[in-house]
Amino acid sequence: MSFSIPAGLEAEIDELITHYPVRRSASLMLLHAIQEHFGWVSPEAVQWTAAKLGLEPINVHELLTFYPMFRQAAPGRHQIKVCRTLSCALGGSHALHRHVCERLGLDAGAHGLQTTKDGKFSVEFVECLAGCGSAPVMMCGDDFHEGVSGKKADEILGGCK
Amino acid sequence: MSAATKTDNNPAPTAIEMIKVKVDGRELEVPRLSPDWQGKLAPTTMIQVCEAAKQDVPHYCYHPKLPVAGNCRMCLVEFGTPALGPDRKPLLNADGTARIAKSPRPAIACATPVSPGMEIYTSTPGVKQMREGVLESLLINHPLDCPICDQAGECKLQEYSVDYGQSGSRFVEAKVHKPKSVDLGPRIMLDAERCILCTRCIRFTKDIAGDDKLGIVNRGSYNTISTFPGTAFDNNYTLNTVDICPVGALTSKDFRFQMRVWFLKDTKSICTSCGTGCNVHIGSREEKIYRYTPRENEAVNGHWMCDEGRLNYKWIQRTDRLRDVLVHGCKSSWGEALREIAHKLKQAPPGSVAIIGSARQTNEELWLLSRLKSRFGAISDSFPRDGQPDKLLVSADKNPNSNGARLTGISFTEAGINLAKIADGIQGGVIKTLLVFGENVVKRAVSPAALSEKETTTEAIEVHGITADVLAKLETLIVSDILPNETTRLAHYLLPGCAHAEKRGSFTSTKGRVQKFMQAVEPAGDARPEWDFLQDLVCNVTGKEGFHSIEGLFNEMAKSVPAFNGLTWAGLGETGVSVKI
Repeated sequence: MSFSIPAGLEAEIDELITHYPVRRSASLMLLHAIQEHFGWVSPEAVQWTAAKLGLEPINVHELLTFYPMFRQAAPGRHQIKVCRTLSCALGGSHALHRHVCERLGLDAGAHGLQTTKDGKFSVEFVECLAGCGSAPVMMCGDDFHEGVSGKKADEILGGCK
Repeated sequence: MSAATKTDNNPAPTAIEMIKVKVDGRELEVPRLSPDWQGKLAPTTMIQVCEAAKQDVPHYCYHPKLPVAGNCRMCLVEFGTPALGPDRKPLLNADGTARIAKSPRPAIACATPVSPGMEIYTSTPGVKQMREGVLESLLINHPLDCPICDQAGECKLQEYSVDYGQSGSRFVEAKVHKPKSVDLGPRIMLDAERCILCTRCIRFTKDIAGDDKLGIVNRGSYNTISTFPGTAFDNNYTLNTVDICPVGALTSKDFRFQMRVWFLKDTKSICTSCGTGCNVHIGSREEKIYRYTPRENEAVNGHWMCDEGRLNYKWIQRTDRLRDVLVHGCKSSWGEALREIAHKLKQAPPGSVAIIGSARQTNEELWLLSRLKSRFGAISDSFPRDGQPDKLLVSADKNPNSNGARLTGISFTEAGINLAKIADGIQGGVIKTLLVFGENVVKRAVSPAALSEKETTTEAIEVHGITADVLAKLETLIVSDILPNETTRLAHYLLPGCAHAEKRGSFTSTKGRVQKFMQAVEPAGDARPEWDFLQDLVCNVTGKEGFHSIEGLFNEMAKSVPAFNGLTWAGLGETGVSVKI
């Protein structure tokens, strides 16, 4: 198995496990740490995590597939999150999401994270991003954009290298 | 699990407090604590009380031998408890009865303990409405494919739909489509769309089989039962998940699309793949066996059986079964062959006869052989057949009736110790007549892999020096078997016998449980049950009329074998009787 966890990350993980009375309870934090490091959680990482916590891989796989913000495949370099909760939905986020998807050649109707073939962009329809007063809002990576029109979205996408 | 059967099996060491509860207006006394899925005492639940009251509460996820999950919500019932005043004393109605404060919310019967004076209502309009609602939700994404579903006919969704379902669906949205024909393991196929996510299979494999391989992946309406990608659900107990799956989601690859379950004839039988003696149902139709399923017996196998034993039935229908009585290779008749054999045996000098029985034969057959043995002062033995045991059901003894062979005097504390003596006796010319029943005695190299080969019921571990050359020295070799092998080819008299599914009889398990089994299908060709023709042979030899029914034979045997004293065929019941071994 080519998969390996760097010593620094493993030390961080070992420390995380000590926060919990039961090793299993650290599962989510381990997955977060791994995703933080690798950008996604590979099947090998799931097996590693399970072995680390004395679990079966399916136990960790259940968690990984339950939470949509865990990545089961490498996402694009730029991750776009479009809010779809009430204020943004009223403010036109569905049109915005469709616009972004169509521009990038993605299927707006598909379930879950969509990534372009060249691996540059990932688009996701997400729940509240806490910018209800300036709907619709979206995030590009860690940058937060408010009152996003189609034109503004094009500019944001164009600005991504 | 009724209270009565529980006390039979594990009498409580201390008296358990009894409390009074009412189910649909009928008062009954129940223990405050009852055995849970592991047999440990836990607060008695509503569903246990309803069962004791014979009031059916529909359920999917609850299973008496699995941990309670409480996720299907089908067992919702309404209930009330005695109302208490400000002084914590029960309030009374005008007629002096306890006033019941009805709970504003329902409770799931599987996970709610009962308390003194509680009233449970299982058939109110509210409960009916809840069941209808729950069922409608469960059916939202369920396909309407009962006509091609293996579960049809034994499906809880179908059954409860008759009681609580609607004739049409109100669901106008798009259904979520999930994977179909998912290859979950070597013996299991999953149809995720049929699954109602009760998690019985997950709990079974984790808590009973000890192999935590299954889980629910994804979220919400995309929830699916799955293994970790790239791993197979392949322990030796996987097919039990097909039995406990309340719907048609988990199907047996072996039984899939083979037969509609309502055409199957059910025969109560015993698994013969090891000495545990798991109780089984044989499902057959028109003389063909389609499946084994475990039959509940708390004293032996609980609700379960292993996959290996379950799938070990195909050899019964092999086309090369022995069908004809052969005398020196020529087709003969039973009457003629048995007369000739009796004639030869009567002339045999004492000590010149040896008998090799099989611990795969029934108690009755082994006892008849032991009668021949004592008549001729014969030396006898049976073959040991050892394998790998496991923690749940599989025994290291791969013979179903080693104890029967021992108790009837065919073999001794250690099976197989006389085989070398028999070989020497034949070599030395002392033993001139050999009776072999159900074993291939010719010594040959057998790899461990071949031993687990289930189709060869007549294989045995070789621990002796009986070779084809040795057998050639015999004056008379009488062989009875089911499938052809080297020994049957050498036989002077070949008597075709029956698989257990083709006859009646009893086995004694490794733990000393004497259990009877019934006939599911007719024997192949001219084959007869061994007990039947052995009876004739014993009668020919001794001149004494025997019994022509298995009942009479068993009862006669029970009188003469000390360990079986006091047993009767009828008294064995469906789940057998434990004897001291």
